[in-house]
Amino acid sequence: MSGKLPVPLVIEPERYEFNSSPAYHFEFDRRAFLKTLGGGLLVVCVMPSAGAQESGARRINRGEQLPTAVSSWLHIGENGAVTVFTGKVEMGQNIRTSLAQAVAEELRVAPESIHMVMGDTDLTPFDMGTFGSRTTPTMSPELRKAASAALDSLLDLAAKEWGTDRSKLSAGTGMIVDPASRRSIEYGQLLKGKEIAQTIPAEDPLVPATEWKVMGTSLPKVDGRDFVTGKHKFASDVKLPGMLYGKVLRPSSFEASLSSFDTKTAEAMKDVTVIHDGDFVGVAAPSVEMAERAVASIRAEWKSAPQPSSRDLFQFLKQNVEGSGGERNSPHVEGSVEKGLAKADQKSVQTYTVAYIAHTPLEPRAAVAEWKDGKLSVWTGTQRPFGVKGELAAAFHIPEDHVRVQVPDTGSAYGGKHTGECAIEAARLARSAGRPVKLVWTREEEFTWAYFRPAGVIELKGGVNKDGMITAWEFHNYNSGGSGIGTPYDIPNQHIEFHPTKSPLRQGSYRGLAATANHFARESHMDELASLVKIDPLEFRLKNLKDDRLKAVFQAAAEKFRWAERKNSPGHGFGIAGGIEKGGYVATCAEVSVDRSSGEVHIVRVATAFECGAVVNPDGLRNQIEGANVMGIGGALFEAIEFDNGRILNAKLSKYRVPRFSDVPTIDVVLVDRKDLPSAGAGETPLVGLAPAVGNAIFNASGVRLRSLPMAPNGLKA
Amino acid sequence: MPRITELQINETRHSVDVDADTSLLSVLRDHLDLTGSKYGCGEGQCGACTVLLDGLPRRSCITKVGAAASKKITTLEGLATDGHLHPVQQAFLDVGAFQCAYCTSGMIMTAAAFLKANLNPSAPEVAQFMEGNVCRCGTYSRIVAAVLQAAKAMKEVAR
Repeated sequence: MSGKLPVPLVIEPERYEFNSSPAYHFEFDRRAFLKTLGGGLLVVCVMPSAGAQESGARRINRGEQLPTAVSSWLHIGENGAVTVFTGKVEMGQNIRTSLAQAVAEELRVAPESIHMVMGDTDLTPFDMGTFGSRTTPTMSPELRKAASAALDSLLDLAAKEWGTDRSKLSAGTGMIVDPASRRSIEYGQLLKGKEIAQTIPAEDPLVPATEWKVMGTSLPKVDGRDFVTGKHKFASDVKLPGMLYGKVLRPSSFEASLSSFDTKTAEAMKDVTVIHDGDFVGVAAPSVEMAERAVASIRAEWKSAPQPSSRDLFQFLKQNVEGSGGERNSPHVEGSVEKGLAKADQKSVQTYTVAYIAHTPLEPRAAVAEWKDGKLSVWTGTQRPFGVKGELAAAFHIPEDHVRVQVPDTGSAYGGKHTGECAIEAARLARSAGRPVKLVWTREEEFTWAYFRPAGVIELKGGVNKDGMITAWEFHNYNSGGSGIGTPYDIPNQHIEFHPTKSPLRQGSYRGLAATANHFARESHMDELASLVKIDPLEFRLKNLKDDRLKAVFQAAAEKFRWAERKNSPGHGFGIAGGIEKGGYVATCAEVSVDRSSGEVHIVRVATAFECGAVVNPDGLRNQIEGANVMGIGGALFEAIEFDNGRILNAKLSKYRVPRFSDVPTIDVVLVDRKDLPSAGAGETPLVGLAPAVGNAIFNASGVRLRSLPMAPNGLKA
Repeated sequence: MPRITELQINETRHSVDVDADTSLLSVLRDHLDLTGSKYGCGEGQCGACTVLLDGLPRRSCITKVGAAASKKITTLEGLATDGHLHPVQQAFLDVGAFQCAYCTSGMIMTAAAFLKANLNPSAPEVAQFMEGNVCRCGTYSRIVAAVLQAAKAMKEVAR
């Protein structure tokens, strides 16, 4: 069978905390802890699709149902102000604005009248977390349905109030209108502050994209002014009365345990509280400087077993496969690769690798914790407010309803803020200090004690006929993950398999997940096959492709880029790559310049075409696509975590290069707006085409094929 | 250790009582609750903490408060006048030159300092001046566009 492979193919749900264990086992109330958690064993559940993209030491998933009462999702005040409640969080992806647009559209109110309450576990309905590009395809329709049901209820109320037939009434800009009698009444006056007593029906017609008035427009960021004036309070900006500042003593290496320590000097410092609990040692003090001095004065000895280094990383991954071939990791097989290769005119066998990289959110992990009457409130930047609430409840052996997590709009995350370490540490310090405590991780702590995008090895075999048809495709991914591992191309003989391995470092989610690695290997190898049979890389892809949506973005990107008119010159090359991931269709063309004497690689220009169904906010989407391309440059060319024996060697911005102004090419974006299709998320997928397009362009420019991400950390070696 | 007891910030005198070697960023944020300036790296590599000292952009995370005591300090909170946004702030809004906006304060302060000296910059000049500021969301092209737009607006006012 060929051509029927559902794309994206997920062979096994992503596991994103391969190597994590609960952040802390606090010693206090040990018996209660054992009673609650059965010895603190980590239980990792396998969940289907989106849920499985979640990371986190403890998966808190109790089959929570989304509430069906409209009042759980939105409230209309007497003054007409609309308050919307969602457990999703804003960290730069612009959903505070796009979700407000969704509600405004269905409720027929001005977006300015909407206030979004987000990521507050006391106020918003349960939510698994903000990851996997799920907000637009799932939360947006949920809120739209709630808004639509609310409007239904308002029409009923107005019809009753006026004693008219509701079918004669219409709604617009926050009021119900009776055109016949020229009467109108504002929503707030109808409700008089009462909740909307309506449940969300299973089926409720939503405004089709072709009739959108607020959705589909480039509404500017709703609270943009707060950011350009400094008024917005990020988690790291929160200040409470009487608050102390925390600092944690970090182990000398990963997996280290405390063998001896001396805190006498710190304890003698005025106003400093020293907290020791198991392997956790930290302080709380009236200022950051005092806290730093106190921790610096602690003498501690740690012991740990030898650990692998980045030099041996890929060998380590290949030698430490665990659990492949099981039910969860059964390979995707079509036809016979062996027979397909036997029939091929040309064959290619290659290995690709990707390094660990760090999310490096500009706002590092931060938390402010306050205990009051046995209840814990934490302000922190996390993608999983309810997950972190669960982590806190477990760490302190208290019921979940004693914990409130609030997430102020956060200084980015990119998949790197699923976990609650900093929140737990702040809360532990606050508990002993008897005062609220703020803890902001240093950049070095963020680089070291968070988690990384998984490293991986990908082994690929391909066979192709001289007419350009691919006959066989064998793809093995070790460790980096199963996201985007399938091929969208129409290949009769396939074997595609993900092999989980041990990981030397703590690893977790990252923007685009493993799709970046898998697309890099696949689209590089596509180029290698095209080159073997001397066919234009775009033509080669289209020849082997049946998916019309993917074809459309390839053609749109090529047109914008003027692919057909490209002219090679010494040191200049062009590349193309694309794929399907999380409901989005992406194609990216890149032009690079390579200076063979200095080895310098520069990306000159990029064109990305993206299709994610009906576009909700065109400018917001463009911003995401531009940003994804820029972020992708780092992992493509120079970002890599170096480590040795349990230590990170480049845990500083001066040692870990991230993309800067000078790295940025001209970026052209083409939005393929499909108003006939449901909207998919767009925060991640636009990133996956950049690395392979650049790699293919480098090959085109220099004849050098680079198969390891990052491709040119020290430039292109001659 | 000498103590610093007074700072001139955003045209207002602020009383403090801190060691002269305390970081200016820490004094602004923790002692005075002026949280517009951000911590990003602590080693002057990302620019999120940028403030103006006598009009010049400085990394407040690696500037000791003692070195700022005799200078006029301007932070993002002091950039707007009488509720009117500075042209750079307005341009960032108009262009949509941010995503998470954690870098925005440092970007705006750096750009404001740059435009004081040059109202006719080219895009490469803007990018070069701002090379030390990191935006992890990757909105660099928009930031350049916003700075150019602000330059244009400021030139028109000056005319």
